[in-house]
Amino acid sequence: MQKPMSQEKRAVPPPVAVRQLRKVYKEVAAVDGVSFTLQSGAITALLGGNGAGKTTTICMLMGLVIPTSGEARVLGADMARERHKVLHRINFESPYVDVPMRLTVRQNLEVFARLYGVRDRKERIADIAEGFKLVELLDRPYGKLSAGQKTRVSIAKALLNEPELLMLDEPTASLDPDTADWVRSKLELYCRGHGATVVLASHNMAEVERLADRVIMLEKGRIVADETPAELIKRFGRTNLEEVFLAIARRGTEDIERAP
Amino acid sequence: MTEAASAPRSSPVREQTTAAASAGRILGLVLRYWYVIRSSWPRAAELIYWPLVQMLMWGFLQSYLAQTSSFAAKAAGLFIGAVLLWDVLVRSQLGFSVAFLEEIWSRNLGHLMMSPLRPAEFIAALVAVSLIKLLVAMVPVALLAYFFFGFNVLSLGFAFAAFFANLVIMSWSLGLISTGVVLRWGLGAESFAWLIVFVFLPICCVYYPVATLPGWLQPVALALPPTYVFEGLRAIVLEGAFVGHLMVKALALNVVYFLVGFAAFAFFLRSARIHGTLVQMGE
Repeated sequence: MQKPMSQEKRAVPPPVAVRQLRKVYKEVAAVDGVSFTLQSGAITALLGGNGAGKTTTICMLMGLVIPTSGEARVLGADMARERHKVLHRINFESPYVDVPMRLTVRQNLEVFARLYGVRDRKERIADIAEGFKLVELLDRPYGKLSAGQKTRVSIAKALLNEPELLMLDEPTASLDPDTADWVRSKLELYCRGHGATVVLASHNMAEVERLADRVIMLEKGRIVADETPAELIKRFGRTNLEEVFLAIARRGTEDIERAP
Repeated sequence: MTEAASAPRSSPVREQTTAAASAGRILGLVLRYWYVIRSSWPRAAELIYWPLVQMLMWGFLQSYLAQTSSFAAKAAGLFIGAVLLWDVLVRSQLGFSVAFLEEIWSRNLGHLMMSPLRPAEFIAALVAVSLIKLLVAMVPVALLAYFFFGFNVLSLGFAFAAFFANLVIMSWSLGLISTGVVLRWGLGAESFAWLIVFVFLPICCVYYPVATLPGWLQPVALALPPTYVFEGLRAIVLEGAFVGHLMVKALALNVVYFLVGFAAFAFFLRSARIHGTLVQMGE
């Protein structure tokens, strides 16, 4: 029996729905009552200075950290309790989390393809190696690659399962401008092409301006701004996102909003 | 963009809930450890080195004692068999725990915890790897015992299978507890994973009967499965008798210890997720 349209629409949960999320370590609130919902196919940047709560928020979205209160739902699953229902539809990339150094690039991709249950592994690895200029590197140990090459491998790993939700933690950190630009193009192409939802944590404001549809800015564990990059720049009367970021970090949001 | 998002997608990944999918993930992780062993001959040599040294030392000691003592002559193979079985326990536990530590050393734990790999599958992979490492370590040692000291471990027959099974199950329980502790407290607790097994060396009566222990310590020894294995070894070497009830007791205790180990691992994993230590894994 065919379901009515409205019922079908209700059945598809948003890729990310965060409600009153709070994480307290000892007596310090790393994340303090954060709520937001992400639209499917959008690239959302999570910004903030060190200790603003970005990493903790992302970790709760991935289910690596259990919230003190509130809820983080990803693709409909409560990540504190039922993350394994959706982990095969998600992936992440961070230069701060390595893949095994001694394994070759091919071995690493093979292992992760198996962990994610990727169909036609050999074909998928060949395709992704081609797309990320890794063909020549496939039989070299990951630990012997340059920073740029490692990032390419790490992103290739993150896209192996063609995730519907991709979490990126400073994906271009420590890359030269040319490689960083190439990586951004690749990520943009994937996200737009596959309609993937992306959560991007970055300190590179030019990168955020280029990639993000929406910016959520955190300070002391709370959301202090949630707009498109253009709206944010306009509202704060600045010329680019970097200036907005610096202003928020140095003066506090209320002061800025009062400023002419 | 939103249109692209709502476009129908054919799933590039398999159904995740089947036994085949679970086996695929376990195999994936086992392959990861196998690649590490295969890529480095010093690592493979390290697996064999200490068991070989132990075997040589105790083998020569037994040869010497056999010349000077009638008991040692009668009990040929007692020390060698005990060394061999003790190494089964040690190597299997270290094989389990070190495979886990590899993930922390290589900063790969976050990737694993974010992957569809379930905790029980992670444990199954560590169990499989401990068996592989045990095989790599113990086959040369067993050959050495046979060719140098005339001790054929396979001559113990079914008894050896029972001893082996009880020791490896105990080693996994210890592995589960020690890796759980490292999960919760990070690499600062790494030494716990390396040393936990050695507390059992004096208490499990590897080289002497339980009656040797002071009275208050004997119940502790009898609450540990390896004690029954080493008592069983002495019975078979000295009296030629396989005492089945010792193995049954060991197995019953092992079931309890394994369940406790599994619960401890699950508890520490959850605790690590609450305290945020999974993402700050280090000293």
